[in-house]
Amino acid sequence: MRSDRLNRTPMGLKIAAGVGLAFLHLPILLIFLYAFTTEEKSYQFPPPGLTTQWFAVAWNRPDVWAALTLSVKVASIATAVALVLGTLCAAAVSQTRFFGRETISLLVILPIALPGIITGIALRSAFSMADIPFSFWTIVLGHATFCIVVVYNNAVARFRRISGSLIEASMDLGADGFQTFRYIILPNIGTALLAGGMLAFALSFDEVIVTTFTAGQQSTLPIWMLEELIRPRQRPVTNVVAMVVVLVTFLPILGAYYLTRDGDQIAGAGK
Amino acid sequence: MTAFAEPLVVAERRGPAGRLSDFFWKHPHLLLMIMLAPPLIWLGVVYLGSLFALLLQSFFSIDDFSGLINYEFTLSTYRQLLSETNLDIILRTVLMAATVTLASAVIAFPIAYYAARYAQGKWKVLFYLGVMLPLWSSYLVKIYAWKLILAKEGILTWFFEKLHLMWLLDAWLALPVVGGNSLSVSYTGTFIVFVYVWLPFMILPIQAALERVQGNLIEASSDLGGTPAQTFRYVLFPLALPGIVAGSIFTFSLTLGDYIIPQIVGSSRLFIGQAVYAQQGTAGNIPLAAAFTVVPIVIMGAYLFMAKRMGAFDAL
Amino acid sequence: MTTAVLFDNVSRHFGAVRAVDGVNLEIAEGEFFAMLGPSGSGKTTCLRLMAGFEQPTGGHIEIFGETAEGVPPYRRSVNTVFQDYALFPHLSILDNVAYGLMVKGVGREERRKAAEDALAMVKLPGYGTRRPGQLSGGQRQRVALARALVNKPKVLLLDEPLGALDLKLREQMQEELKSLQKSLGITFVFVTHDQGEALSMADRIAVFNDGRIQQLGRPEDVYKQPKTRFVADFVGSSNVLPQKLCQRLGLTAPFASLRPEAIAIAQPVDGALSLSGTVAAHSFLGAVNRVVVDVDGARVAVASPAALAVPALGSPVTISFAAHELHPMEDA
Repeated sequence: MRSDRLNRTPMGLKIAAGVGLAFLHLPILLIFLYAFTTEEKSYQFPPPGLTTQWFAVAWNRPDVWAALTLSVKVASIATAVALVLGTLCAAAVSQTRFFGRETISLLVILPIALPGIITGIALRSAFSMADIPFSFWTIVLGHATFCIVVVYNNAVARFRRISGSLIEASMDLGADGFQTFRYIILPNIGTALLAGGMLAFALSFDEVIVTTFTAGQQSTLPIWMLEELIRPRQRPVTNVVAMVVVLVTFLPILGAYYLTRDGDQIAGAGK
Repeated sequence: MTAFAEPLVVAERRGPAGRLSDFFWKHPHLLLMIMLAPPLIWLGVVYLGSLFALLLQSFFSIDDFSGLINYEFTLSTYRQLLSETNLDIILRTVLMAATVTLASAVIAFPIAYYAARYAQGKWKVLFYLGVMLPLWSSYLVKIYAWKLILAKEGILTWFFEKLHLMWLLDAWLALPVVGGNSLSVSYTGTFIVFVYVWLPFMILPIQAALERVQGNLIEASSDLGGTPAQTFRYVLFPLALPGIVAGSIFTFSLTLGDYIIPQIVGSSRLFIGQAVYAQQGTAGNIPLAAAFTVVPIVIMGAYLFMAKRMGAFDAL
Repeated sequence: MTTAVLFDNVSRHFGAVRAVDGVNLEIAEGEFFAMLGPSGSGKTTCLRLMAGFEQPTGGHIEIFGETAEGVPPYRRSVNTVFQDYALFPHLSILDNVAYGLMVKGVGREERRKAAEDALAMVKLPGYGTRRPGQLSGGQRQRVALARALVNKPKVLLLDEPLGALDLKLREQMQEELKSLQKSLGITFVFVTHDQGEALSMADRIAVFNDGRIQQLGRPEDVYKQPKTRFVADFVGSSNVLPQKLCQRLGLTAPFASLRPEAIAIAQPVDGALSLSGTVAAHSFLGAVNRVVVDVDGARVAVASPAALAVPALGSPVTISFAAHELHPMEDA
């Protein structure tokens, strides 16, 4: 690795990597431009003029606010549930060796490894079979199911870094199980849980596929956006909302990165 | 320090919490079960139960007259699944998933390679976030951005006009299969959006695999007289392969199950995800929808089995 | 004298693995006791049985006359200095040292005072505000010691406490540990694979192999009179004489041990025993020359003072030693 720095980076590689990154970022930047366009009826480029009026229009739209509020509520509760279940699972898997650990890891990953439509349709038909009406809680149940893995991945990575002798040292010094959890385990996994929680929030906030199957009449923000994509009503408002969604999801990602940057990576595969 | 303050056994003076702690210390398996029970009930019973219930439904059929589900074991739904139109849908989806996977691997490799072996310090962080941010930013917004780009009046058309290359775009759109009225209603458009949305899932595992390759292996290869092309072919590529396979699990699986991208950007011909959506929704044929979901599960099961044998899980 | 730790036929089996297999030992109050052996010999498991991290699968353990089975580690007034020190990375040095008092409910001011005293005792006064990551290995080791001692344990357990330190620091810490133990009067039980460390520090040594105690005794006895071939090999570098040499020397035992420094390259005097052979190898070791003599195919090492001339390779020599230096051994 080290000696590579002495060699010059091949020009072709540099260009290919740069173009690749640009390909990833330019479309998102374009969203920011369109939020200010004066064009209402089409996606004309370049925009005929720039304006900030659509921010005010979007601000005064009750349907946008309703969708946003619902999304925040769902994401908060789903994250809380995922935090509890994911941490319990990670603690059990990493603190003790027992038969079937691999199976449990697989089970946790399954809801995101399988295409979202399968999870969605399975839950939907289970709800209808059990005569559970679609509600706020059915959305939360679906979201929590695939958010567990994000918390789990982050917590497991951190648990692995707490050496077993720290817990033994605490017990040896007179702390019982609860005290050891309170004074040793929690402070050491705290930032990992916070990071996992932020990512779970971002994941839930953005989810659309499972939600289409588990929501009744309610619209989360992504459902609202999907409606606008299929049957556009007021394009400039959609542009503004898209930009806000990008900004809102960037914050937890950056936060999670700074919380976990020494050592373990954000469990990116957990989406 | 000679006076010993305490007897060997410290009395249970911490009340209920202390007694509970003692109890769990003596019965560690009970504690383990208590910790595992909530997640296992949630995932093992609620989630897996729903999945099995769904799969079970694929062995039922729908009554053509009443439109109600006939709860009798039958393979007729699978016979229906293998009809010509439905096989067409499956083949189309698998082909799309394969090309998307291949293209993602080609585009991802240089980015992952640069990030793993050349980027240092600040640049490494920049590359990492440069992949993480698009990965995590809103799926719908990403699709929306491409709707803006691919629209007839959008930036891509403008770009081709400025370069006086409209004839090229028109020629491409005139092609059968990949062409169409505009990019946003063609397979080309669907393909581009799929590649864009899943690309980060390919970059991360390849980067992880390449970071484990020791730099001196590359030097050893060139020291032994390998040209850069030979080094890539015989050293780098085989070592990165588990990463590529791990990434392809995501790109392949995600493309197989997606129904939103082809619905928003693409032609009217269906993909598996859309078929499932249509069957369970408007058509109300849950058994057929369930049978359709079996297809990606079976394909991914076989794929994962092969990937495991190639050691791809270490790169996840 | 009070018995601090008693093991009565204690076993700890992990499935088919007999980590500890029928160990009997009695450690006296105020004793500096060493458990010596190669890795996997069961010495660390014995330490963990005393601390309460493991429970015996057979036998009985008492600590100061009280039954220890079923007593969790946090209810034993036994403290451990861990091999990797196990300092809590998120706490300051002072909070690390005060941890045991904190969980016992000692007031803030009182425990701060006790922790500072303990840090002064291990010669780290004023280090309280630092973090474990800012200290050197030797300093961390002292903090781990202070963290255990501040609880005034009845027995202090040390798991390879000096293993991670370099030679010079190790020698210094050996002396400090020894004098600390004498001044505090606390029973120290320490585990090591370094025979020199065990010999120089301990009042008594138990030599472990395959989950059993091979020999238990004072350092001089273990060193000079190894009871088994394993102890002869592991403690120091005794020669093990095979049966045919034992017979020639008039012993009935199958094996006998003979220390290299007890042998002279000279004709026997005053009824000393002797063997003759040829010089097979020699090397210079500073204070002594190590000369290997081939006696009918058995190789016998001799530590010969550096002042004496070294016989040439292949030359015939006679080696001699006092009869009491030859120790018959029980088994192979």
